Amino acid sequence: MRSLDPLIEEARALADGQPVSSPSAHSAEGEVARVLQICNACRYCEGFCAVFPAMTRRLEFHRADVHYLANLCHNCGACLHACQYAPPHEFQVNVPRAMAEVRGRTYAEYAWPAPLGRLYQRNGLTLSVALAAALALFLILAVALRGSLAGTPAGSFYDIFPHHLLVGLFAPVFGFAALALAMGLRRFWRDVTPVTSGQPVSAPASAEAAGHVLTLTYLDGGHGEGCHNEDDAWTLARRRLHHLTFYGFLLCFAATGVGTLAHYLLGWAAPYPLASLPKLLGVAGGVSLLIGTTGLGWLNLRRHPLHGAPAQRPMDRGFIALLFLTSASGLALWLAAGSAALPLWLCLHLGCVMALFATLPYGKFAHGIYRTAALLRHAVEKRQPNPVGLGAD
Amino acid sequence: MGTDVLVIGGGNAALCAALMAAEAGASVLLLEAAPRELRGGNSAHTRNLRCMHDAPQDVLVDAYPEEEYWQDLLKVTGGRTSEPLARLVIRASSTCRGWMQRHGVRFQPPLSGALHVARTNAFFMGGGKALVNAYFRSAERLGVRIRYQAPVQRIELQDGRFVAAWVGDERITAKACVLAAGGFESNREWLREAWGRNERGEWPADNFLIRGTRFNQGTLLRHLIEEHRADAIGDPTQAHMVAIDARAPLYDGGICTRIDCVSLSVVVNREARRFYDEGEDFWPKRYAIWGRLVAQQPGQTAWSVIDAKAVGRFMPPVFPGVVAHSLPELARRLGLDETAFMQTLNDYNRACRRDHAGHFDHTVLDDCRTEGLAPVKSHWARPIDTAPFYGYALRPGVTFTYLGLRTDETAAVRFGGQPSANLFVAGEMMAGNVLGQGYTAGVGMSIGTAFGRIAGTRAAAAAAAARGREVQHALA
Ligand SMILES: Cc1cc2nc3c(=O)[nH]c(=O)nc-3n(C[C@H](O)[C@H](O)[C@H](O)COP(=O)(O)OP(=O)(O)OC[C@H]3O[C@@H](n4cnc5c(N)ncnc54)[C@H](O)[C@@H]3O)c2cc1C
Ligand code: SF4
Ligand code: SF4
Repeated sequence: MRSLDPLIEEARALADGQPVSSPSAHSAEGEVARVLQICNACRYCEGFCAVFPAMTRRLEFHRADVHYLANLCHNCGACLHACQYAPPHEFQVNVPRAMAEVRGRTYAEYAWPAPLGRLYQRNGLTLSVALAAALALFLILAVALRGSLAGTPAGSFYDIFPHHLLVGLFAPVFGFAALALAMGLRRFWRDVTPVTSGQPVSAPASAEAAGHVLTLTYLDGGHGEGCHNEDDAWTLARRRLHHLTFYGFLLCFAATGVGTLAHYLLGWAAPYPLASLPKLLGVAGGVSLLIGTTGLGWLNLRRHPLHGAPAQRPMDRGFIALLFLTSASGLALWLAAGSAALPLWLCLHLGCVMALFATLPYGKFAHGIYRTAALLRHAVEKRQPNPVGLGAD
Repeated sequence: MGTDVLVIGGGNAALCAALMAAEAGASVLLLEAAPRELRGGNSAHTRNLRCMHDAPQDVLVDAYPEEEYWQDLLKVTGGRTSEPLARLVIRASSTCRGWMQRHGVRFQPPLSGALHVARTNAFFMGGGKALVNAYFRSAERLGVRIRYQAPVQRIELQDGRFVAAWVGDERITAKACVLAAGGFESNREWLREAWGRNERGEWPADNFLIRGTRFNQGTLLRHLIEEHRADAIGDPTQAHMVAIDARAPLYDGGICTRIDCVSLSVVVNREARRFYDEGEDFWPKRYAIWGRLVAQQPGQTAWSVIDAKAVGRFMPPVFPGVVAHSLPELARRLGLDETAFMQTLNDYNRACRRDHAGHFDHTVLDDCRTEGLAPVKSHWARPIDTAPFYGYALRPGVTFTYLGLRTDETAAVRFGGQPSANLFVAGEMMAGNVLGQGYTAGVGMSIGTAFGRIAGTRAAAAAAAARGREVQHALA
């Protein structure tokens, strides 16, 4: 068992405002192990989410266990507001923050290729640089191809950017993002599978995990009334806005997919009329994404200061902002059809989309991938007998 | 505009009273000694409520009828209880949950490691702090004014009627008042005085740890009993005391510092001798007697010793045990006399019936008992022989004290047998009426909820009557 004494001493020192010297203070994993050892002896929060039932199957928290549990946490805040040991208590238990800190590290640590994992550390900067670079690229291309951005609008985007050029630019970026995410996922999966029973995935476990992913079960507080944002009140706002963002993103993605099929199979060229499938999907998705990201951004600004890891706020906000810009510029592009501003909006929109995809594997998007994997491992693990036999005590 | 009802305290009983008074239309001011982050008293450390029910009800299985609840209470208190008040609490516990839910309290199925109480106790989702948060939120919505860091030092009475309360130099008047400021368990001097000095010359209470809030100083309890001659009930040494990890913080250690391996272990005192049957019954049933047992030992300390076979069969302790690879080494690490310790352990190990070891089952009252050993270990007696060995030092942990104000079914404070017209009491401050001694899990919150609700309703009515009188005076 890990020694708790130094950690408690340290918490006391922290609470008293003294400097902390022990190395464990610098280990995010060590902090999760410390708080979970307290939780495991308390267990009051067992009804809130999957983290606590998963915790009770363990007596010790090693690195891989911590990585798994941290990604199982939805940062709903419930266990902070309900915690009898939360600051200013000398135990200084803040599960959501400890988990968020580890989570941020896991994104960086499992990232592929490894050196790019460092992009997470300066995520806000990475996003803005990527966005600026992508925008500049499209503006330069536009100018180079057309001579002038403000020229009379053409009937088709492809008069501004030939289709093959767009494909040539986006396909590698998209392919790389998918590969990098898959590689990161593979590393994570290999690490956490042995500590989550090692059993293979079954159909019922997958169905259950998919249900949790699609409905965001663990933002319901265990009673269906939602999670916390700025204080101890329950709110469904986060869950709903996350749904709008997530499903909006999927609809936009579907719109692009359908558009691509329409292009290659049916020979239809963009832009499509409003009554067409790609357009309907795109507009619905864009509006949903716009509302969702606006709301999430607003909630994020008002978030309780003890929730989550302060160092990760730029990452959250950067990602929300990029999604917002992508949807806003996409909708603006639609509204600008036939006007002189079309090429400009097109450059802006393509720049946002490019930046979004280029940074997907090194930004907040990764949380969706790792959380899904953790939920799936949880669905598998809980079907195995509990290795800790407390009996009827 | 004066306040109708003043509520003193910020735990479950106070909040129930404030909510009921506000629902009855009274204007309410609540004074909590603690700052906002530490609000809620001991109630913030609780996890469940013992509930009577005649049939399965949401999170409760089977039935737990009134008579059985009453018998359980009678048994633990050894008859030191008031039957009418106890029955009132029991009946109220069957109907209060709907009201609690309306004020935002959520229940959940019992926790892992606590399944034995699925029938008798309803668990709060997230525990007592979530309950307290919900109540404060609801109270604010109903217009209850809340002041933190407002400890009341004394109150003013006139012919047994409440007139005003004093917070520092501030005098706060109200038409009626509810006292719900908890017991006196965090008042170390008072505990010291109550427990006195033992035959070894020790002051046992100096070694007690307080499981709950540091704000329950008993200031008003003492003030009412000594200065206002309010009728008291109970014995100051009676309290709910459990054996907890000796390294627990002085206050607010809460639930996580309990040591659950006692029934699987051998417990020795500073002389390295056993002093009680560790395997008498399931741990939750014996849990509340060990605090007093340890308090009677020299130095108010004892050590629970297990071997590797027990690991994973009890709730994980919050602090790691002292580990050793042999028993003599463990004795040295624990600072116990090695010879005496080995003698105790060898005697114990020999007394475990080896032919029964195969019958060991920590989930039932098994037949693994010692033979020819005093005191006996009646169940789960297996030799302590498999390294590594673990030792946990135990200290008495005070949960709450039972000395309180005598009351009746109206929750009124009584002076010389006469109930006050506008001063009421609820929660730990009067729990001794029902719990003269002993404890059964979840009954503290049942008492606080039942009497808090009565006190709030009565206080609102008393305030309305006073308002009526004022109107009459004005008209006359
Ligand atoms: C660790 C632990 C676990 C427990 N678990 C359970 C359980 O699961 N179920 C159960 O039924 N019981 C449990 N109990 C017992 C339970 O906590 C009490 O019975 C119950 O909380 C009493 O409620 P109360 O409102 O009377 O007192 P408290 O909740 O202690 O509230 C007293 C309040 O008064 C305030 N106060 C004190 N003095 C003053 C003053 N002078 N002026 C103003 N305010 C003042 C305090 O700050 C506090 O807010 C537990 C207790 C502990 C310590
Ligand atoms: S977060 Fe706090 S209250 Fe919840 S289980 Fe952990 S220690 Fe207990
Ligand atoms: S923050 Fe929410 S999701 Fe995370 S561990 Fe706490 S209760 Fe679970």
